[in-house]
Amino acid sequence: MSAMIVNIDWYEIWLATLDTLLMLGGSLLFTVLLGLPLGVLLFLLGPRQLFAHRGAYAVLSLVVNVLRSLPFIILLIVMIPFTVLLTGTSLGVAGAIPPLVVGATPFFARLVETALREVDRGIIEATQSMGATTGQIIWSALLPEARPGIIAAVTVTAITLVSYTAMAGVVGAGGLGDLAIRFGYQRFQTDVMVVTVVLLLVLVQILQMLGDRLVVHFSRK
Amino acid sequence: MIEFQQVHKAYNVQGRQIPALQPTDLQVRRGEVFGLIGHSGAGKSTLLRLINRLEEPSGGCIFIDGVEVTALDANGLRSFRRKIGMIFQHFNLLASKTVAENVAMPMKLAGDAHRTAIAQRVRELLVRVGLSDHADKYPAQLSGGQKQRVGIARALATGPDILLCDEATSALDPQTTTQVLQLLAEINRELGLTIVLITHEMDVIRRVCDRVGVMDAGVIVELGDVADVFLHPQHPTTRRFVQEGDEGGLVTDEDWLQVQGSIVRLTFLGESTYAPVLGRVARETGIDYSILAGRIGCIKDQPCGQLTVALSGSESQALAAREQLQAAGVTLEVIRA
Repeated sequence: MSAMIVNIDWYEIWLATLDTLLMLGGSLLFTVLLGLPLGVLLFLLGPRQLFAHRGAYAVLSLVVNVLRSLPFIILLIVMIPFTVLLTGTSLGVAGAIPPLVVGATPFFARLVETALREVDRGIIEATQSMGATTGQIIWSALLPEARPGIIAAVTVTAITLVSYTAMAGVVGAGGLGDLAIRFGYQRFQTDVMVVTVVLLLVLVQILQMLGDRLVVHFSRK
Repeated sequence: MIEFQQVHKAYNVQGRQIPALQPTDLQVRRGEVFGLIGHSGAGKSTLLRLINRLEEPSGGCIFIDGVEVTALDANGLRSFRRKIGMIFQHFNLLASKTVAENVAMPMKLAGDAHRTAIAQRVRELLVRVGLSDHADKYPAQLSGGQKQRVGIARALATGPDILLCDEATSALDPQTTTQVLQLLAEINRELGLTIVLITHEMDVIRRVCDRVGVMDAGVIVELGDVADVFLHPQHPTTRRFVQEGDEGGLVTDEDWLQVQGSIVRLTFLGESTYAPVLGRVARETGIDYSILAGRIGCIKDQPCGQLTVALSGSESQALAAREQLQAAGVTLEVIRA
């Protein structure tokens, strides 16, 4: 048994786990902060909605689609000058977060748009009939009603971000995925590969369970 | 009072203008229960939503208590809407909020009441609709009738002058419908609220409305007191609605081939409904009668009845019978001489 885990440096794995969690936490925070308003805007500009505007919706939709269709590994490299401008470095965890956010935000915004569309139109109508402003309709009716869907969207986005972080090694950000590639794959250290994969699996599982719990809690059914 | 002056509405569907409401004049009196009946697509839902401008009119003016609603800016419209409550077919309660939070919502949005005042008002409203024990439940835990009661409490929260009811009982079973209609009648009576309701069921009109408009293809084809419209429908659409709640009885021409004598429709309204008029007249004039179809009931709180009878006897007996019936306050229509 001990022969099988001969290559494992637990300290290294701890550092990699920490890096993954830092990248995940940091990028998820900014993705939600940027993606939620973007998703609301997409929803409002959409057909037959409060600010329905065909042109603006088409443009915003195109931008979102273009960003979503870009492979993350390309985005990571293309973004380097911008990342330097923003964080002062293109390396490490700080260097990985801007591309992660740019990669995940359009994805998350689309999910938010879909969640908002699930809200019954009658809810908007009822809130309007109470004399609500557009801001009040969004804050007091739409977002609370879409909360289970938005939490599910955060969950899916978080899990997507975990897989994105595996590529962050390209800019030297480290993390579990990077460890798996450099040691597990390139140096044939199968034990390292197994441990990192198991840790990633556990992380994804925890995220999904947490998300599901919250969705059930806020569904009020 | 709500007044429509040449209000019309057309929807733009893929570049084409689809009319939903033809130019309409309408007056709804303060404190009355006004019903609009029509099939789906008749324009009644559009008309209702024009009152609080959930739909913008394509033209015409709407006045409510002297205020030109159609001329209000966004801010004016928002504060004006607080004077108009609205309830919906599918209740449109927020699933993420408790019953109490739903009822409190219009007051919170208005932003001019203190938290304790709101809580106090919510308690009063829940007592009024009989849901005091359900304040902390979520809408998903309530029955349809209870949900509509929450809807009513919510609509009353800001103390409106007008209540708009959009097919408020269409999703409810008959028993629950009765309870909700009773509650609406009670609110109208005790708070003096003007109620405008739309429905496709004549029964709803008969039970709570003072006046009714019948809509067909974006036009109000018949308008009047419920008793008049219900007992003496003129327009074919109105007749169909009246007959819907009224199956059974021998009312077709084929049925009448078997019948001797003249056929008349007698309408009793108010006190004459209780009086033994028909028997007395038959005895005194010596005429014979057979009842072909009939309905007895209440329009709002007023008893009424309508009988289709065949009268057989001599010419002079028939004439005397008609005179005596009319003298007793019965409205008489000759269907077949």
